[in-house]
Amino acid sequence: MSTSDDIWILGIRMTKFGKHPDRDVVDLASEAVLGALADGGVTMKDIGVIAAGNLMNATAGIGQQLQKQVGQTGVPVYNVANACATGATALRTAIMAVKSGEVDMGLAVGVEKLSGAGLLGGGGVAKADGDTWEPSGRFGAVASTDGRIGTNTMPGVFAQIGMEYGHRYGGTTFELFARISEKNHAHSTLNPLAAYQKQFTLEEIMGDMMISYPNTRPMCSANCDGAAAAVVTNGATLARLSGEQQRRAIKVSASVLTTDPYEEACQVLPNVNTLTRNAARIAYEQAGIGPTDLDLVELHDCFATAELVHYDNLMLCDEGGAVDFFESGAPWRDGTTPVNVSGGLQSKGHPISATGIANVWEVCHHLRGEAGDRQIEGAKVGLAHVIGLGSACGVHVLERSAA
Amino acid sequence: MSQTATSARVPLVEYLVIDDGDPYLVANECTSCGARFFDRRNACASCSGTEFTRVRVASEGELRTFTIVSFAAPGIPVPFVAGVVDCDGTSVRGNVVNTDPDPDHVRVGMPVRLTTFPIGTDRDGTEAIAFGFEPADHHTSTSTDAGSE
Repeated sequence: MSTSDDIWILGIRMTKFGKHPDRDVVDLASEAVLGALADGGVTMKDIGVIAAGNLMNATAGIGQQLQKQVGQTGVPVYNVANACATGATALRTAIMAVKSGEVDMGLAVGVEKLSGAGLLGGGGVAKADGDTWEPSGRFGAVASTDGRIGTNTMPGVFAQIGMEYGHRYGGTTFELFARISEKNHAHSTLNPLAAYQKQFTLEEIMGDMMISYPNTRPMCSANCDGAAAAVVTNGATLARLSGEQQRRAIKVSASVLTTDPYEEACQVLPNVNTLTRNAARIAYEQAGIGPTDLDLVELHDCFATAELVHYDNLMLCDEGGAVDFFESGAPWRDGTTPVNVSGGLQSKGHPISATGIANVWEVCHHLRGEAGDRQIEGAKVGLAHVIGLGSACGVHVLERSAA
Repeated sequence: MSQTATSARVPLVEYLVIDDGDPYLVANECTSCGARFFDRRNACASCSGTEFTRVRVASEGELRTFTIVSFAAPGIPVPFVAGVVDCDGTSVRGNVVNTDPDPDHVRVGMPVRLTTFPIGTDRDGTEAIAFGFEPADHHTSTSTDAGSE
């Protein structure tokens, strides 16, 4: 592949994450899109394709709603949905379109309004008194199985994923998981776009409301509103743009999306490990780098228990070594491999479809040297990871422009 | 469908067998690769084979992971222990029951066994039966470690 085929992020923007009661999804998406276009020095007229994600209202055609506010140019829109990997899927879709040569420039956007959404994943229809038991669904169940045969709630599913890691390799305790959360909340104090910028003591985290052992409330991702958008282009197009645009452009050295290959138990408890490991392996190969080359990582810490397993899945440590990796201080912002310096999903927040692009924005921000107080000095290479249950995993490796 | 006196109990899920002696779980096992599934199948997720046989799943196993759910959807009693049990190589999802739902009484690696219990009766008087896993290791509550396995 020649340099002219390389993929670049030309412009990127995330909104402030948090509560936006007076703004709808189109307002938030528009802010991110207009911001990303301005950041890249281009307009809607330059965009050849749009990939848009909004999971909670996936049938509403957010891409076209957005066009009606910011520019109906007639270009194709792909509305995508892939659980918590929706944003990364939108980005990957725009990248594939540019890579195919069909368009020179693509726009990816993800937006969600999730404030007050409460517990995700649980529930089912309760049986009213007097009804008769009738088997239904693929398990022939006569009543809702959530809570009777395990749990469907996200905090509960990811708690089991962390506990399982502890069973395999040892060393995990309630306190260890709480300390991972302590790190991310400490990091968030430097991020003005985070939904919560509050530092918590370990005691406060462990003493907070238990949601699903060992995840207490601050150890769970924060439901909030937000949007993020990115403009991607190829090397040939970038070469025709200004020196300033070339200097700030960020190279996408790997863009990968995977699903989970069949393994025993994967339909009993979601296996978030293998598909992440596969995505990471492909990404490092595409980028021609290894995990030790990374200056920062934004990974999908939807729960404190999830962050631990992804140290291992992204190969930031030896297999089975995630606890030691954390204990060494490596993932703190002054450590050898800073992880979630944005504050992560636990404090920055997790407006589902925005997350996969916002993570990329955070990495780009550091690679451009524009991250202010929380800048990781001299950052050249970073990785952004998201996972959506079902499952889908997106990994992007990003590199600072040499220009 | 007419109800008879002997059909007064139904399993919560089709893969729980309650009318053949001691209750047990059954899986759909792929005849070409041996992968096991609890749901109705179109084909095998592992090898795409389309033939399955019903096999009995071991009723004793080891708790591979768990969580204690304190916050659930409305109508679901909390706290409860949700987990995954390794039943002789077949992973089964289920609640851990008949023990206190706290980390002092539930631990990964603990031996458990299948148990069943009623969850309610419908208009016709039919009782629905659910399953869970209860601790199978009675040594844990004794005062000495001498008997540990």
